[in-house]
Amino acid sequence: MPPLLEVDGLQTQFVTGTGTVRAVDGVSFAIERGEVLGLVGESGCGKSVTSLSIMRLVPPPGRIAAGHIRLEGEDLLAKDAEAMRQVRGARIGMVFQEPMTSLNPVFSIGDQIASAALAHGGGGRAAAWERAVEMLQLVQVPSPGERVRDYPHQLSGGLRQRAMLALALVSGPRLLIADEPTTALDVTIQAQILDLLRRLQAERGMSVLMITHDLGVVAELCHRVAVIYAGRIVEMAPVARIFARPMHPYTQGLLRCLPHPSRFGQPLFSIEGVPPDLRRPPAGCRFAPRCPHVIESCRRAEPPLGEREPGHLVACPVLP
Amino acid sequence: MTDAATLATALPVRSRARRRVSFRAVFGITVLLAMGGAALLAPQLAPWDPARQMLLKRLRPPAWEARGLREHPLGTDHLGRDILSRILYGGRISLAVSLSSVALAATLGVTLGLCAGFFGGRADAIIMRVVDVFLAIPYILLAMGVVFALGPSLLNVILVMGATRWVQFARIVRADVLSIREREFVVGARARGNRALRLLVRHVLPNALTPIIVVATLELAFMIIYESALSFLGLGVQPPTPTWGWMLADGRNYIATAWWLATFPGLAIMLTVLAVNLLGDWLRDRLDPRLTV
Repeated sequence: MPPLLEVDGLQTQFVTGTGTVRAVDGVSFAIERGEVLGLVGESGCGKSVTSLSIMRLVPPPGRIAAGHIRLEGEDLLAKDAEAMRQVRGARIGMVFQEPMTSLNPVFSIGDQIASAALAHGGGGRAAAWERAVEMLQLVQVPSPGERVRDYPHQLSGGLRQRAMLALALVSGPRLLIADEPTTALDVTIQAQILDLLRRLQAERGMSVLMITHDLGVVAELCHRVAVIYAGRIVEMAPVARIFARPMHPYTQGLLRCLPHPSRFGQPLFSIEGVPPDLRRPPAGCRFAPRCPHVIESCRRAEPPLGEREPGHLVACPVLP
Repeated sequence: MTDAATLATALPVRSRARRRVSFRAVFGITVLLAMGGAALLAPQLAPWDPARQMLLKRLRPPAWEARGLREHPLGTDHLGRDILSRILYGGRISLAVSLSSVALAATLGVTLGLCAGFFGGRADAIIMRVVDVFLAIPYILLAMGVVFALGPSLLNVILVMGATRWVQFARIVRADVLSIREREFVVGARARGNRALRLLVRHVLPNALTPIIVVATLELAFMIIYESALSFLGLGVQPPTPTWGWMLADGRNYIATAWWLATFPGLAIMLTVLAVNLLGDWLRDRLDPRLTV
């Protein structure tokens, strides 16, 4: 049986007046059924573009230049617009970062969830409304029977994000793409949402592609992690291994950037330099200009993503 | 216990506040209904034939003035026609023409503006160039050309007025849609597999309603005047059929000596526009959940 989602050699580019930005440049990964994969990287490294590519919702002038995206073995890039539309929502759900702007301000949340339920499940309006209340209950909104009539502006950030989840899950997708779902929330609410996500994931056996820059979120929720840098995956491993034995210098740098109480009073660590210009990425390893362990060969050829240990893939020739 | 008691007393107050009748709504609806009713019932209500000239009673002021006559409550014009009767009859044309032409302009403009803003690219380029062409040609000139070709009739006047003013709606709607379509809930709705038409009708249009209502109320007033301009040029509704705009234009010549000629039709226009404005204002607030308590 093929994995639930398989992304193979994905290249997404934005043609601009000053050159072609290779936002995603040869990304490959797979998500098994019931698996939570974290896609980690800093701003502008291609995380969100990857998720929008999977939905085929890359805004112009962006386009998917090469690669395959297979959902349960079906190539999504080969589908026509109508077939792709039927995949969205029904088979892949999506949750966005900003709960403030991700809900339509002029309809009550119940109205929005019910209409999504109607679009996917059919049935009558009353049944759809029932379903909206159920969904709010599922995402643990307190007194869902009353909240269902509330408008987005009447809800707190955490409740809005729960409503977003209900909206994404009402059609029962097998894959949920969560694009920084907790970034805009404060830490206590973050923890609640992560708990909820983990519970829903386990109960429904769905797969999750978790896009985040927060390694704490990764540790909480993910089974496996892919670290992405400048449009390429540099390391992929089970979550415990990433934290215990990061192999790529970039991953090591990211982990050292985390503030920790034991280093109280010391200056925060940061990785020297800035990510490369994706219109003209450096030849060889893209991290080479910032890498403390760089060797001559790094600057000549791009190191391939190789399996260093079972299940642990690294794109770096230097470290063991 | 105290909490429950407070809640119990607080709740009905809140729901009563929600249902509180709005002055704007009541005023707007009352005035519009009164105007519409008066116009519809003009043959029954009007004391005189609006076209009847009584040259011996020219330029008589309203009844309460020294030279006023009881049988002409709002006075007579320079041909001795009864102002009140003319306002009642004029309302039929003015209201019908302005409402229908605004409805036509709004339908055309909103649809094209939505498409231009939402689909962008070639659709946007074509529609907005057409808008530019319409804006570049003085609309009166355009209307003159069309009415000359088709001949002046009530229907043609409405068509021409609607077809020349839709650009106002198209531009406003397009500008608003450009920002709305980038908002995350539209991307989110797309990510839930909504069709383009549904995105437009359910997610984009309701969020663009405010400026549409505002422009529609302003255009309504404009259309009344626009119709009078066409009548003035002999291209609108033909005299002796009275319209408010025409009466206003006609009375302008006598404004120094006989103020009532222009004032009463002007008041009728003002009241109508005010009522429409208040109603539109109220409607906009009602439709925007962020403004309802």
